[in-house]
Amino acid sequence: MVEEVMSQINRSATHIRATILANKRVGQYHQIVFGIGDLVKSCRSGNFVAISVGGDSSRMILRRAFAISRVSESASFGGTMELIAAPHGSGSKWLCSQSEGSEVDIVLPLGTAFGIPTTPVNALLVGGGYGSAPLFGLAEVLKGRGCKVDMLLGASTGAKIYAPMEGKRSVNSLKIYTEDGTMGELGRVTDPIKVLIEEKSVDVIYSCGPMGMLRAISELTANTDVVHQCAVEEAMACGIGICMTCVLPVKGEDGQISMLRSCIDGPVMDGSQVQWHLVGQVPEGHL
Amino acid sequence: MSDFDFSTTLGNAYFNTPIFTASGCASSGKELAQFFPLKDIGAVVTKSIMNKPRYGRPTPRMAETPSGMLNSIGLQGPGIEAFLANDIPWLVEQNSRIIISIAGETIEEYATLARKVRSVSGISAIEVNISCPNVENRGLVFACDPEASRRVIDGVRRTIGGELPIIAKLSPDVTNLPEIAKGVVESGADALALINTVLGMVINLDTMRPHLGGKTGGLSGPAIKPVAVRAIYQVHAVLPQIPILGMGGVVSGRDALELILAGASGVSVGTASFGNPHAAIDIQNELRELLITKGFPSLKAAVGYAHREAQL
Repeated sequence: MVEEVMSQINRSATHIRATILANKRVGQYHQIVFGIGDLVKSCRSGNFVAISVGGDSSRMILRRAFAISRVSESASFGGTMELIAAPHGSGSKWLCSQSEGSEVDIVLPLGTAFGIPTTPVNALLVGGGYGSAPLFGLAEVLKGRGCKVDMLLGASTGAKIYAPMEGKRSVNSLKIYTEDGTMGELGRVTDPIKVLIEEKSVDVIYSCGPMGMLRAISELTANTDVVHQCAVEEAMACGIGICMTCVLPVKGEDGQISMLRSCIDGPVMDGSQVQWHLVGQVPEGHL
Repeated sequence: MSDFDFSTTLGNAYFNTPIFTASGCASSGKELAQFFPLKDIGAVVTKSIMNKPRYGRPTPRMAETPSGMLNSIGLQGPGIEAFLANDIPWLVEQNSRIIISIAGETIEEYATLARKVRSVSGISAIEVNISCPNVENRGLVFACDPEASRRVIDGVRRTIGGELPIIAKLSPDVTNLPEIAKGVVESGADALALINTVLGMVINLDTMRPHLGGKTGGLSGPAIKPVAVRAIYQVHAVLPQIPILGMGGVVSGRDALELILAGASGVSVGTASFGNPHAAIDIQNELRELLITKGFPSLKAAVGYAHREAQL
């Protein structure tokens, strides 16, 4: 490796074939564990991976992006990485159907990571659907730094909540909200946030889930001292910054709005900088 | 194997190897440099740059299709000044060969861009993209109009002088591609890039409206490879002396060889890099092996080989 040739972009990204060590159904989702060896050392909470799906003769030519749920190291398996996949589209269905022992083509780790505070803070982790996946790994890191970690999970219905038993140990509190009341409290995951901010019981919000949820949290934290780090999700073709499809309008320090790639300038972004009202539009004054 | 001559030329520009990135599929190179040294492939063709910064089209910008994808980026970019100041010096440092791709909304904009590129050192050639399908006004796709195509290339040639090779990037979405190709060559193009994406559309069954923010998009990937082979074959048949940089759905060395046999002197890898960041270097290695296995003494010996007379 020639260090000086490398640019900062994708600086930890490695293209490997990884073996599936475990693949089990958890409610509506699949929890899939891969052996990735020493690469666990460069994976951070918030990073994602891009997986080739469908096999060599597939008509699906694009990789699928998955947030890293957590990484760990053990004597028996070495470095392992866990992903949570929802078998919705044909690509994720293919991945969920892969048995233990099969090899998968992966590029990892990709994208930005959640910023970890240097001093203990009150952290609120908010997940929508299986957007909760990367939050449990993050919770462990934050707890390790002495943070108070509260978690709110929400979904349209109870079956779409992803909250593994072992994950619950890494948070101080966990509250669940469903829109149909089939699990936890009836309502939206964003409902309690306003009061928590007013009570000054939260310093940093980490969020991952649908864009509507991320936008709602950004509106609640606007004009407050609460920092909002959100992991965005926008359709991407490459995951490595070359296709320019996954862009979001983001205001820079100079006040200028740029269309930033959610794969290399994200997925973790400062929620207060994302111009949510312009998503799906082109800022005025330019083509 | 060491005797095998893998080099190619486009106009007076020499390249050690014949595999390039495709414009718009490698940004300006930094993103791919983590995966292989950029100097190991023929050249990096940078994303088509316009004179002013540009936001491009609204999202969604992408839809996967069977063996392909639609994109609707709309030439997002930082503008030529920032591009030349920030991206080109880095590429030069990598010892990468560089082809700058330019796109304009008017004939004057192309000439302006050519003037700014002319003074840059370390550039092997200029690609004049007159065929981006993702512009607001379909009438602005110069490559669909023989006269407009000629005038753009003529303007760039007059501005840039005789040194830097001009590669005109054409669209397959035309009635008579050989005529348009002849026109731009007469106006001063040294080489042709074939093909740009094919205009397409996907309807979203949830919203029951066009899926892409820009409604239409450019189809790329293996789905369009036969269109590329046809276009290259047709143009090479009427302009056998004009080098063609072929592209369209190449994902393997075999695909690259097909384009070369049809008449391409070099092959660009685009959409394949989205699925495999090592695609360009992998394809280049496969192609070298394949040419040697088939008994070709050089890459050049294979260019247009599919056109030879039938042997009885």
